[in-house]
Amino acid sequence: MGASQTHSEHKFQDLVDKTGFSLEQIINLHKRFKQLSGNEDTISRENLDSIPALATNPIRKQIIEAFFDKRNQRQDEVGSFHEIGFEQFLMVMSHFRPPTLKTTEEEREVMRREKLRFLFNMHDTDSDGTITLDEYRKVVEELLSKSGAIGLEAAKAIADAAMLEVASTNVPHMEPDEFYEGITFEHFEQILKGLEMESRMHIRFLDVNTTTMHCGK
Amino acid sequence: MRNLILSQLKMGSAAFCALLLLLFFCTGGKCEIQSSNPASPSANPPVVKPFDHEPQPFPEEEKANLPVFTMDYPRIQVPFEFTLWVLLASFAKIGFHVSHKITIWIPESCLLISIGLIVGAIMHSVKEEPPAVLSSNVFFLYMLPPIVLENGYFMPTRPFFENIGTVVWYAVVGTLWNSIGIGLSLFAICQIEAFGVQDINLQENLLFASIISAVDPVAALNVFEDIGVNEQLYIVIFGEGLFNDAVTVVLYNMFSFVADMPVVESTDVFLGVARFFVVGIGGVLFGFLFGFVAAFTTRFTYNVRQIEPLFVFMYSYLAYLVAELFAISSIMAIVMCAITMKYYVEENVSQRSCTTIRHVVKMLATISETLIFFFLGVVTITTEHEWNWAYILFTLLFAFVWRGLGILVLTQIVNPFRTIQFNYKDQFGLAYGGLRGAICFALVFTLPDNINRKNLFVTASVAIIIFTVFIQGISIRPILEYINIRRTNKDLNTINVEVHSRLMEHVVCGIEDLCGQWSHYYWKDKFKKFNDRVLRRILIRDSRAESSIVALYKKLELQNAMELLDTPMGDISAAPSIVSLHDEKLAASRPKKKFLAADVKKMHDILSKNMYQIRQKTIAFTSKHNLPNNSQAQEILIRRHQSIRRSIRPGSFRDPVGDFLTRRKILNKIKLNELLVSVLQSTSGQSPRSSSRSLVPLSRLGTLRESDPRQQPGAPGVDTVDERGLGSLKGSSLRGRKAPLPAPRKRLSSQAEGDGDPDDFKEAGEAGEREEAAARPPPLPPPRGWVPDNQDSQEEGTGRPLIRHSSQGSRGSWRP
Repeated sequence: MGASQTHSEHKFQDLVDKTGFSLEQIINLHKRFKQLSGNEDTISRENLDSIPALATNPIRKQIIEAFFDKRNQRQDEVGSFHEIGFEQFLMVMSHFRPPTLKTTEEEREVMRREKLRFLFNMHDTDSDGTITLDEYRKVVEELLSKSGAIGLEAAKAIADAAMLEVASTNVPHMEPDEFYEGITFEHFEQILKGLEMESRMHIRFLDVNTTTMHCGK
Repeated sequence: MRNLILSQLKMGSAAFCALLLLLFFCTGGKCEIQSSNPASPSANPPVVKPFDHEPQPFPEEEKANLPVFTMDYPRIQVPFEFTLWVLLASFAKIGFHVSHKITIWIPESCLLISIGLIVGAIMHSVKEEPPAVLSSNVFFLYMLPPIVLENGYFMPTRPFFENIGTVVWYAVVGTLWNSIGIGLSLFAICQIEAFGVQDINLQENLLFASIISAVDPVAALNVFEDIGVNEQLYIVIFGEGLFNDAVTVVLYNMFSFVADMPVVESTDVFLGVARFFVVGIGGVLFGFLFGFVAAFTTRFTYNVRQIEPLFVFMYSYLAYLVAELFAISSIMAIVMCAITMKYYVEENVSQRSCTTIRHVVKMLATISETLIFFFLGVVTITTEHEWNWAYILFTLLFAFVWRGLGILVLTQIVNPFRTIQFNYKDQFGLAYGGLRGAICFALVFTLPDNINRKNLFVTASVAIIIFTVFIQGISIRPILEYINIRRTNKDLNTINVEVHSRLMEHVVCGIEDLCGQWSHYYWKDKFKKFNDRVLRRILIRDSRAESSIVALYKKLELQNAMELLDTPMGDISAAPSIVSLHDEKLAASRPKKKFLAADVKKMHDILSKNMYQIRQKTIAFTSKHNLPNNSQAQEILIRRHQSIRRSIRPGSFRDPVGDFLTRRKILNKIKLNELLVSVLQSTSGQSPRSSSRSLVPLSRLGTLRESDPRQQPGAPGVDTVDERGLGSLKGSSLRGRKAPLPAPRKRLSSQAEGDGDPDDFKEAGEAGEREEAAARPPPLPPPRGWVPDNQDSQEEGTGRPLIRHSSQGSRGSWRP
């Protein structure tokens, strides 16, 4: 037991450097990982799918898919995993690390880009580097999926309009027979340029174990 | 400066006379002119100047007969003078806003105090007594409630609950910290013999400290909002200002009770602490109670729309008074009441009532606050002061130091619990935004007379208020801009931003669920479920749980339609004046969006008309003196005018995404117009079918809709409109985008007639119907040979809408 403890701590030390989480946070997340996977080394989509708390989340599918997306592993790979290990799990989580007071402006900018990339990947389901209208619509639909039929119709309108907005701000001069292919990452960045993501895309990963405090799974 | 002088002039007694005369002319007619002009000085004790001259205008009249003209000034004195004071303060406000440059650089409260000082000086020089408006009772029962009601009602709920811990922490602990810190250090100062203030004991020092630790950052908030300071900072300052009022009032009551006692025992201290919690929590409970009752009541007011707004005011005031009755925190009660009921009430009441509520809340609060600042200036001059350099300077120093220290220390404690921590710049902003204001002044002015150095306290408080409001209030903008404090870009009114902020929320929530943590999202989720399942069913008449985006969508579309009705549609020149209704300063500071090509701009315009619902969601932070902007709704109007105009010109519609867009535009029209109709139906009360005004029989339109909007409660015409309108877009729009057809150019030109000059509801509705008729066919891509045909039908359509309508209706069978 003791040996495995030190072994895992050694392993975690690596992860600290890789992901920027603190050791406590990693140990914590590891516990959660084990809990989700049913004490396996890898986690599958079904594992995540069965989390009761997620059931009400309208974009549950996208969130789960993001964990199995190779693009979110900060390596230049495309495709998706069938199962992910703890390291991949952490890598995805690390997108949500909040900046600390020591974070410099440049680092913040990098973090912001990563977060944007994460969102972009979430939309871009076929990994071709552009978000097409269909893909965008899908997301907005899911977003409004909890609000019934009118939600669906409104979603279409919203997605269409959003798409046009991207087109109009990024490609102002369009020929009459030209057609906007889809949102590239540059355009995506451009359109969300002023958006303050600080308060919205962060999770305060706790240092203490809250699983005991959390009822349910 | 010009305005200041202007206002000064107004302040003069000459202005007073003029004002009175004016009032007379308005109310009494012309015959009094002669009577009030030959004023002869008489011996009556003066209260308001022009009046002492003319106790009896016709003294030589026969005494036995019925007097032709009499005057009974004492009878109307109090309300009359009150009205004059309010008018005077309001005139001053008008004066400030003649030029925006003044109010940008000098906060309004500064200006009001200055005016007050001038008026005070004038009154002092003519030995006039200031009105006794500021007694303890008047302040707490009449002046304070509107201010806190406004704060509570316009509290940006979401950021507030996201930061509630921090807010409460600063408000409660921060105020305690300041009160005790300042009190004790002042007490230490009092021990020094050279200052001559040894007779102030500890209790009185604490009492005084609790008064001046109330932060009232109105001026700071305006600046914060103007330069778009980060929303977390904003809400922390906002919430702190709100809740520390409650804390201060509690402390004030406690200390003024304690100040009477010769000896304070330790049990008293514990009882005081216990009472503190009872008072605070009791206030919250009462607020909830009355809030829910108010919401429940408005469920049944749909037949008496005209008194709907009244319930909001009466219930919140009742909450306040009842809380006052039990001596628990009435401020907490009214704030909680406002927060609780707002959400439900606004869904229950009609759009007009909602607007009324907002306007009146704002208006009352503005009056109240204006008067307080104004009196602050007056009283500063007219009361007796006791100036003690040492005590006052040390008060200033301590207030400053303890505020700074408090923020520093409290932030260090709260930071580990925050996801986004406050850096030093933020802390500086928080500390420097701690101005003292109305509450502080009112509290000190209503101190009981048995406090032996009351005058000194008044002087010190006035000094600290004037110091903070003037020095800090004026300098806070340049300083914050200089240190480049974190900002939230509130001008991001794009659909994408809206969609993504929502998306991010869900992502974060999901990820938190995944890692088994919970935060406020967890509680938000829980509350939302509870709200949807229980509260909404009980409190809301038409309770269907909706996504906030869709809810907003409906609300706005309806609101827009209402406003369309309100405005003479043909009068395009009226549009700018509508804009000027809302805050121009804001509009001016907002950077104009640049569009590189006119075509794209056009497209964007059309789009945005449709998409405002989600844009609107960016919270309009409530500036103290302005209503939250419904500018966008009005912008829609203007854009609508423009687009209608544009559509009159042939060939103006060569949009890049041509067909799709044109169709979208038409959809817009259909939607708006159907709304118009449905709103008309729901507001006018009678069935419009029977009225002769509808040139196009509405029953025809009924075939268009899946259901008649009138059969549904409220006016949810939007659903059906949506389903139908957008549903027909479905599929075809994408196709249209992929292979753009040349846009049919002259479509909708028949709308020119609809845009004629209808200036009442009837005609507006009629126009709407006509437009609708005109706009109906296009959801399908038109055949090539349509254009000439279309022109034909327009020609005959202008003359006879009915025929046009039917001919276009038959065209519906041209589907490919």
